[in-house]
Amino acid sequence: MVSAGRPTRHFRTCPARPLRPGFATPDVPGFHDAVQVANPLQTRGLRWYSYQRQSPNPFNAPQLPATAGRPEPRSVQALQIIISGIAQGCIYGLIALGVVLIYKATETVSFAQGELMMLGAFGGLMVMTLLGLPFWFALIAAVLAMAAFGMLLERAVIRPILGQPAFSVVMLTIGIGYVLRGLVTMIPNIGTDTHTLPVPYKDAVWKAGALVLNVEQLVIIAATVVLSAALYAMFKYSKLGVAMQAASQNQLAAYYMGIPVRRLNGLVWGLAAGVAAIAGLLLAPITFVHANMGFIGLKAMPAAVVGGFGSLPGALVGGLVIGVVEALAGFYLPEGFKDIAAYVVVLVMLVVKPSGLFGDKLRKKV
Amino acid sequence: MRFIFKTSYAQDVNLARHGGHVFWYGLLLVAMACAPWIVSEYWLAQITFVLIYAVVGLGLMLLSGFTGQFSLGHAAFLGVGAYTQAALTHVGVPAPLALVAAGLLAAAVGMVVGLPALRVKGIYLAIATLAFGFIVEEVFARWERVTGGNAGIHLTAPNVFGWVLDTDVSFYFACLVVTVLATLGILNLLRSSTGRAFVAIRDSEVSAQSMGIHLARYKTLSFAISAALAGVGGALYAHKLKFISPDQFTVLQSIDLVLMIVIGGVGSVHGAFLGAIFLITMPQVIALAKDYLPSAVGQAPGLQGLVYGLVLVAFVLFEPHGLYGRWLKLRTYLQIFPFYRKGMFQRQKSYLKSDRLK
Repeated sequence: MVSAGRPTRHFRTCPARPLRPGFATPDVPGFHDAVQVANPLQTRGLRWYSYQRQSPNPFNAPQLPATAGRPEPRSVQALQIIISGIAQGCIYGLIALGVVLIYKATETVSFAQGELMMLGAFGGLMVMTLLGLPFWFALIAAVLAMAAFGMLLERAVIRPILGQPAFSVVMLTIGIGYVLRGLVTMIPNIGTDTHTLPVPYKDAVWKAGALVLNVEQLVIIAATVVLSAALYAMFKYSKLGVAMQAASQNQLAAYYMGIPVRRLNGLVWGLAAGVAAIAGLLLAPITFVHANMGFIGLKAMPAAVVGGFGSLPGALVGGLVIGVVEALAGFYLPEGFKDIAAYVVVLVMLVVKPSGLFGDKLRKKV
Repeated sequence: MRFIFKTSYAQDVNLARHGGHVFWYGLLLVAMACAPWIVSEYWLAQITFVLIYAVVGLGLMLLSGFTGQFSLGHAAFLGVGAYTQAALTHVGVPAPLALVAAGLLAAAVGMVVGLPALRVKGIYLAIATLAFGFIVEEVFARWERVTGGNAGIHLTAPNVFGWVLDTDVSFYFACLVVTVLATLGILNLLRSSTGRAFVAIRDSEVSAQSMGIHLARYKTLSFAISAALAGVGGALYAHKLKFISPDQFTVLQSIDLVLMIVIGGVGSVHGAFLGAIFLITMPQVIALAKDYLPSAVGQAPGLQGLVYGLVLVAFVLFEPHGLYGRWLKLRTYLQIFPFYRKGMFQRQKSYLKSDRLK
């Protein structure tokens, strides 16, 4: 089929998607229950990184040695699904948060947010494995480095193009995403592999009665709550946060009031990149670190839209909605619905309420 | 420098504005017709791909470049066309009829996608089309009875009412004919009232509406025509590759298509062709350059993505009008030779062109 004339496509290095699993199940009593718990939550990932699925997987229900034999109550199962959905949703929400931050500040939509997340995860990985430093140090180092990188990016490529049509800026950020992904892939021996981030809480399980929870997921949820609280406090009480709000509401007026809008825009990019790095490091123990993990950023876009594009709490809520719907769709609907759940939700949202859950209705004056 | 002195109204609507156009485009057409005997088989295949991508690019250009609507899901239309062609030719429908059906079905799907475009715009539309692209891709992978699922589906050589186009040369001519027809169609459309309406919508929806342009109808129409061209392109693409599978119609393909028109030059018919040439020759150029680069760089798998990204960033930053814009500048420079000024094509900077002013 591949004739010499076929143009070489990029990113087609991963093997073709495996066929639909689960057509040959052994007829052992109890097997189906065990499979039911382990299987439906498989994150199938986007098609181009499907190779990931062959490795032990992200957002699986935690390994459940205790319950492998006996079926567990449905309510507990549902709760576990919802919690893993919330954890996944937090990641979407954090990425969407970055997108919305940037959108509010500069009215540009960044499609590179997922790649920034990937870069942050790789940064953390480098600090931990090459330098051998502890996780907490790596976290701080990666976040600071990414914040600096975000500001640099804003200064170098975004600022010259502000005021151009949205189309150009979207293409620009897509281009940045390509560059970052290409660069990371080009690092010899590291870029093409899938890595595990050795976090202290790796594979830990927390039991509460019949409920068995994955600590990795709980950490994601807790970290998101803390981060949201910190951001809320910053926007509400700090001078910087108030200035950012002012600039996002009316750039020109803020400028007249003596707020250094340009510098703020740089800081917002830094903040967004830092949040992306945190998301990357939180996600890393679950999905592993690899060059294509940034594609998850494409699911953050629906999250941002569902929440209402200009609303920070909306981004998080949108992420949660998408994450939970996705987890439930993966369990209760036939295979395949999980991957498109986010997109179906966003299309429904756009038809029913284009301004999103928290967005305010905007009309353009003539 | 050429001055055109118009002496009749017919000159206003002529496609070829002066003798130079007739000569150069005629020469191009002759060259294209002779190409199979001039270039090697390999390059003929590449030219065929350029033609196919140019058809798709024309469609996307009409939508993005002339109507001002985003689409990050164009690969879906490409796929709809390709799978329609595959399904119909399998049951024995002659290829030209299947091609028309592929275009029509893609157009119908395009109208459905156009519906959200009536309510949302800008980035929302981009995300809506992106979402749609993902859903269609999943349908291709799951609807195994028609699409063959992930295993893909093979196509036979196109059968034009008994005449089988099983050689590269005959298929090249088929593509050439389709491309020329599509180009003429788009050029004619753009100088008709419909085309003017599209451009008016792109420049300002509000003023277009107040001039009496029915936004909903024209936006849907633009989506339909654009999708139809993508569908036709997809059908040819399927025949060219002889094998299609869902992973040829992913969001990356959609992004490539947008990249194509951005690099070619948004808002110009030439841009679709220049972009297609870029998209097809770039991998070859990279492959050639690999030999001269140190192996750590040249053999790295991410090189292509990196180069695409850098080129895209560079074009958006330094040459927003794309390759065609660059050509226009060059031509102007030569035409008015010592009088070219740096600021002649200065892009206008508009601060605070905000959608959120209440």
